[in-house]
Amino acid sequence: MTLAAGFEAAAAPPGLNAAGLAADERAERRMLLLLCSPGMLIALVILFLPIGWLFWFSVIDQAGSFTTENYARIWREGAYVAIFLTTFEVSLLVTAVCVLLGYPLAYCLSQLSARAAGVLLLGVVVPFWTSLLVRTYAWLVLLQRKGLVNDLLIGLGVLDRPAMLSYNTLGVTIGMTHIMLPFLVLPLYVSMRAIDPTLMKAAASLGGRPAAVFRDVFFPLSLPGLVAGLVLTFILCLGFYITPAILGGGRVQFIAQRIYASVNLFPTWGPASALGVVLLVLTITVLLLAQALLKRWRRRFG
Amino acid sequence: MSVNGRGETRAVPPGAALPVEVTRLCKSYGRAKAIDDVSLSIRPGEFVTLLGPSGSGKTTLLMTIAGFARPDSGSIRIGDSEIVRMPPHLRNIGVVFQNYALFPHMTVAGNIAYPLKLRRLPRPEVARWVAAALDLAQLPGLGERRIDEISGGQRQRVALARALVFEPRILLMDEPLSALDKHLREEMQIEIRRLHRQLGTTTIAVTHDQREAITMSDRVAILHQGRIMQFDTPRAIYERPASRFVAEFIGESCFLPVEVSMGKPCYGGRPLKLATGPIVGGRGLLLLRPERLCLVGDGDAGAEVNCFHGRIAQAVFQGESVLLTVTLDSGDRLRARLPNRRLANGVCLDEGAAISLGLHAEDAILLPGEAP
Amino acid sequence: MEHYIPHRRRLWLYALSALILGFLILPTLIVIPMSFSASDALQFPPRGFSWRWYEAYLGTPQWRDATLVSLKVSVLTMLLATPIGTAAAYGLHFGRFRFALAVYGSLVASLMVPVILIAIGVFFLYAKLGLVNTIPGLVLADVLLAVPFVLIVVTAGLKSFDANQEMVARSLGAGRLRAFLGVTLPQIWRSVLAGALFAFIAAFDEVVIATLISGGEMATLTNRMFSSLRDEVDPTIAAISTLLIAVTTIPPLLGHLISARRGRR
Repeated sequence: MTLAAGFEAAAAPPGLNAAGLAADERAERRMLLLLCSPGMLIALVILFLPIGWLFWFSVIDQAGSFTTENYARIWREGAYVAIFLTTFEVSLLVTAVCVLLGYPLAYCLSQLSARAAGVLLLGVVVPFWTSLLVRTYAWLVLLQRKGLVNDLLIGLGVLDRPAMLSYNTLGVTIGMTHIMLPFLVLPLYVSMRAIDPTLMKAAASLGGRPAAVFRDVFFPLSLPGLVAGLVLTFILCLGFYITPAILGGGRVQFIAQRIYASVNLFPTWGPASALGVVLLVLTITVLLLAQALLKRWRRRFG
Repeated sequence: MSVNGRGETRAVPPGAALPVEVTRLCKSYGRAKAIDDVSLSIRPGEFVTLLGPSGSGKTTLLMTIAGFARPDSGSIRIGDSEIVRMPPHLRNIGVVFQNYALFPHMTVAGNIAYPLKLRRLPRPEVARWVAAALDLAQLPGLGERRIDEISGGQRQRVALARALVFEPRILLMDEPLSALDKHLREEMQIEIRRLHRQLGTTTIAVTHDQREAITMSDRVAILHQGRIMQFDTPRAIYERPASRFVAEFIGESCFLPVEVSMGKPCYGGRPLKLATGPIVGGRGLLLLRPERLCLVGDGDAGAEVNCFHGRIAQAVFQGESVLLTVTLDSGDRLRARLPNRRLANGVCLDEGAAISLGLHAEDAILLPGEAP
Repeated sequence: MEHYIPHRRRLWLYALSALILGFLILPTLIVIPMSFSASDALQFPPRGFSWRWYEAYLGTPQWRDATLVSLKVSVLTMLLATPIGTAAAYGLHFGRFRFALAVYGSLVASLMVPVILIAIGVFFLYAKLGLVNTIPGLVLADVLLAVPFVLIVVTAGLKSFDANQEMVARSLGAGRLRAFLGVTLPQIWRSVLAGALFAFIAAFDEVVIATLISGGEMATLTNRMFSSLRDEVDPTIAAISTLLIAVTTIPPLLGHLISARRGRR
């Protein structure tokens, strides 16, 4: 640098153009935020506002004063408690079965070549995109008394008489498992793919048999993806409406069905709102718990 | 020279290239200072390289000049215009990215024509300029190829052609050669110099490769932790580095601790003959370049030569030179690089042999700092 | 990727996976032959071959109207949700807001909240605004559900896009919008298209909200199907289901074939 230029630079004050540059930065940030605003506006008006209303309605009675009656009723009446229990039990069951079926499938797909996996994944993705109603309908047909499953079981000698496979908890469980399985398999597959295969090779070179390598290296690393898929599945099960309504035949009541019925049953929005708030709180609690668990794991695994 | 619409090249009259003036530029990311009060004065038509290790802020500095990073404060002027608050598409600066960023959905000609189309040049004009640019970049006939059909070296040239075709005020290059293999790299270094001499555009390049910087530039700015350590010609930086960091970054270097005793800098109790002036404070470092050390016989040392005595710890044959690691009597270690032909003189270079090394005063540089 | 464990040692895994994949794919497929059954009963294997259920579907005005409503709503949803989601994806990807996570969360919240809650909330709101049983009402609700899909898919596309290209375009003289339209969009169009398709399907398949806020003349196809399934199972459903399967299966298959062929080139 020449002497003169050096003096000139030193003579210039610090923070040249700082105010203008900061204004430019703010303007740019505002513009990009603006791009997100239509989406956020819709979420505000159609999602957050109504849900806020739900909270409001759940604690206001017909006369307009504050009340906890709606929540008290839930606690008091055995029917509600039974519904919550049913929902939880079936959701847990379905999630467990999905894990049992989905983990091996995801594992197998993640170990194949990308091309083969891509083709086979269609078998997971296509049912995922097929309408819920179509799949539920298919199970309705399959599980009826004269349906294929019963015929198969009788033919194999497992049963003498056709069993009640639908319009009960069993039917609901089977149907929901079929619908939820892709929700578990897809995120699990993605996270399994991300596991560095050289880690397994390293473990093998250190003397690990395939079973040990899986147990000690692969499985722990797949846990975050498993938990993510598991939580997603469970939450979706909790709030499920369609399949329990159809395959349950009225005998299986989930929270969502009760909420729906309450809308028409009661003169105010109160009861339905209270149930809805409880469902929301349960959902958020499960989500937060899972997040905390995942955060702890991420710290451990780096 | 610039390429006009008729495809002829003309020499750029000396006044047409523009100077670049960066004044007190600052940029922080959170608490980390990426650019720490940087000022730089670049002459018209100069080829300047920003050199430094990763994290030194050189790419950030380049990006602020290009307009893709916004500094917190400071001024950037090209010629007479202040551009620091201008959006990138109005700055009229040519940028070549490290990965070239060629548009895969356009042909080679489409890529080069893009800036011209944006400037609403009529079609026949565009075609002529593109043809001239292809010629200048030595890519004749490749206009209709797609990007994935040409080689890495050719992609480099397309990126350059695209950045130069609209006669930008200055040219910026971010690690232009890092994606090429060694042979291509040397070829492209010469290419870039040729283009620069032909077009005369003020150019600022960023690299972490010191050899590249020395080969291509008129002046080099060494950056470290967001500050400019030294901004000078390659030769001056090599022979008169301003600090230990610069000395270590360019060329090989060894350091010996120096103490000021009775007003004179000394090593091992003996006063040194130096090229540079006195330093402030009681301590310093003597910079020795291994290739500037020579063998000294018993009576050989001239008045201007500093002598160091010790024993050879290791001698490694490296083709055109021998690299000696010497343990001095004082315990410090030195590296010396001797040209191969010395072996013929029957000089003993076995491990453990006594040896005397000499450093001419002209090559003895005193730097501020503590020995490790 | 060659795995170091030989295939034969993993036969049990392959067999198990095949079974599970079969479990996923086969049940839906039985609907197809059933739609051609000549008899009223829901049996499998079906007896006789007939187009009668397809004729019933296309011949009954209620089914036709419902299909039209669904198509209208889904197309409108796709046309609205795609630009909204793409713009949001761009803004989030390139913006450096402090509350980016909150913005992202608010945009995908509709995925995580149980649909029944959204349904009754929307019902309350629409009752006040008089939007119950209207196409705009349905479209707005479906856009809420569709935007997260578009956002997630386009964000993934932007992540694998070389951002330098847009910067280069801007250095060459293109303003931000021009650079996006001329350089970025032509390269992420596949993600945008996928997002649009997902938006369409999400709207078309939506059941819960539709049953609550649409009915009678404005009933959607899903609404009618749900009522039919719950009350009296009409074999026409088999025909409709087959058509739906075709509509939702063919695009991903085509997409896969196209990308596979491109990869081979």
